[in-house]
Amino acid sequence: MEQIVILSGKGGTGKTVISAALAALAPNKVMVDCDVDAADLHLLLHPQVRERREFRSGVTAVIDEKLCVKCRKCILACRFGAISDDFKVKDVSCEGCGLCGHICPYGAVRMEENLSGEWFISETRYGPFVHARLGVAQENSGKLVAKIKEAAKEIAEARSLDYMIVDGPPGIGCPVIASLSGADKALIVTEPTLSGLHDAQRVAEAAGHFKVPVCLVINKYDLNQAMTEKIGSFCKERGIPLIGRIAFDKAVVEALVAGKTVIEVPPSQAADEIMKIWQRLK
Amino acid sequence: MIISIASGKGGTGKTTVAVNLALSLDSVQFLDCDVEEPNAHLFLKPLIKDTARTCVSVPEIDHSKCTYCGECRQVCAYNAIAVLPGKEDKGGSVLVFPHLCHGCGACSMLCPQGAIREVNKEIGTIESGQAGKVLFVHGRLDVGEAMSPPLIRQVKKYTDPSRTVIIDAPPGTSCPVITAVKDSDFCVLVTEPTPFGLNDLALAVEMLRKLEIPFGVVINRCDIGDGKVEEYCGREGIRILMKIPFSREIAAAYSEGIPMVSMEALYKEKFTGLYLDICKVRDGTDSNS
Repeated sequence: MEQIVILSGKGGTGKTVISAALAALAPNKVMVDCDVDAADLHLLLHPQVRERREFRSGVTAVIDEKLCVKCRKCILACRFGAISDDFKVKDVSCEGCGLCGHICPYGAVRMEENLSGEWFISETRYGPFVHARLGVAQENSGKLVAKIKEAAKEIAEARSLDYMIVDGPPGIGCPVIASLSGADKALIVTEPTLSGLHDAQRVAEAAGHFKVPVCLVINKYDLNQAMTEKIGSFCKERGIPLIGRIAFDKAVVEALVAGKTVIEVPPSQAADEIMKIWQRLK
Repeated sequence: MIISIASGKGGTGKTTVAVNLALSLDSVQFLDCDVEEPNAHLFLKPLIKDTARTCVSVPEIDHSKCTYCGECRQVCAYNAIAVLPGKEDKGGSVLVFPHLCHGCGACSMLCPQGAIREVNKEIGTIESGQAGKVLFVHGRLDVGEAMSPPLIRQVKKYTDPSRTVIIDAPPGTSCPVITAVKDSDFCVLVTEPTPFGLNDLALAVEMLRKLEIPFGVVINRCDIGDGKVEEYCGREGIRILMKIPFSREIAAAYSEGIPMVSMEALYKEKFTGLYLDICKVRDGTDSNS
């Protein structure tokens, strides 16, 4: 089983549109949406949820007013500024370290488990799909990513699938690192802008740091030919295979608005190019 | 006033709005808090005057004092410490995993032997300087580092309350975004009129309501996609502050790092207007809010 993760560094370059197209093109695969705090792939795959699981992760401090003598020890010790002057825990600031509970002389602090989100095992017209919804303002997105990738791997093994295709999050931090873990290949989707190039360089470096081989596609390449060439020379310098260039195509947004993959709508340049990309990627 | 610019979905135009707003106002400080992928410097082209490395505290064990009692492992909520007790023939050992450490200080404070001290581990760089009239600060997370919130908190320490502060936030709705937008007086959510834009806007709205930060919406590339974002805003009573049409010229200028306001005087007026609308919505003097 080969695990391919789609990344970009910069958001909005077309990760999910390309992931959805690959869902339509790749045979025998499980799809995973690892952009758990702004998941969108389900809007195109229209999953039938088969299993729904709670994601419990971390704890938050709660101060018992009846036991608290307002000694301020917890306020002074907390490094996250999570306890207010009236001895209330601000749950968006609390990182659940538990130090306040350990040092409170009156046992007035208890730690409560967080219900941080949900994750789902679903079926789609393109086969199994594992996705999640991290609760708004919750932490530990990296842990949730690791969890759903593990579930997808089990499905891939149980059903002898050939591919696991992972729609990754933007950035280079915790959930990206979790998405890269165990991947055989990373496909970086970028756009011909200074920001696109800058961010692709950083995410390529991150993939290199975790020893995952990368290849790259330039989306909307015709919006700036000179920048497309710059990205091309960056790829050449680093020995990164440039496996496709997708033109700006209205069909992409039309398919998106219709809730379909670009492969399912009437033939378009973008769809043709993504088909070639899949041939070079697999 | 502190104005943060955020969006659930990436690539909707946060940096575009943040940069052009900053360039349309007097007495502005710009904090780029998208430390995983900072981009504002590509448009503002600041002259960097100061560069500082940023650190978090991680534990270091003094093996001459450690008795391998395991208390530190017990209190660490992040599994960042492992303790192997010694056996008759050999001593124990303590392993620290700095990438998992949140720097809470529980281990060092609670070690019965006083065998743990905190040392600095570098996670990124903060650069500050000036771009024309705009005071500029950004953070750059080191590649391979997982945790951006400590660096974002450090960038926000540069806040100059005598100026209008513009914060460019990372995408999403989890810890890095919350760290960036927390304590803002107002948040501008940038979205696009597509199913992805709408889905992620609704998540971002939920986040801001939880944080109790007043907000409004800017719809970028407003003439692509469909009308569902506007319908949603109407239903939820959310003020649409500005609509930016798709234009190949704006896209081409963006790709070269050229801000809209330096293309046409009209754009500058629009962004000055955006600021005035923000003030009205925040003060509650706007009838549509």
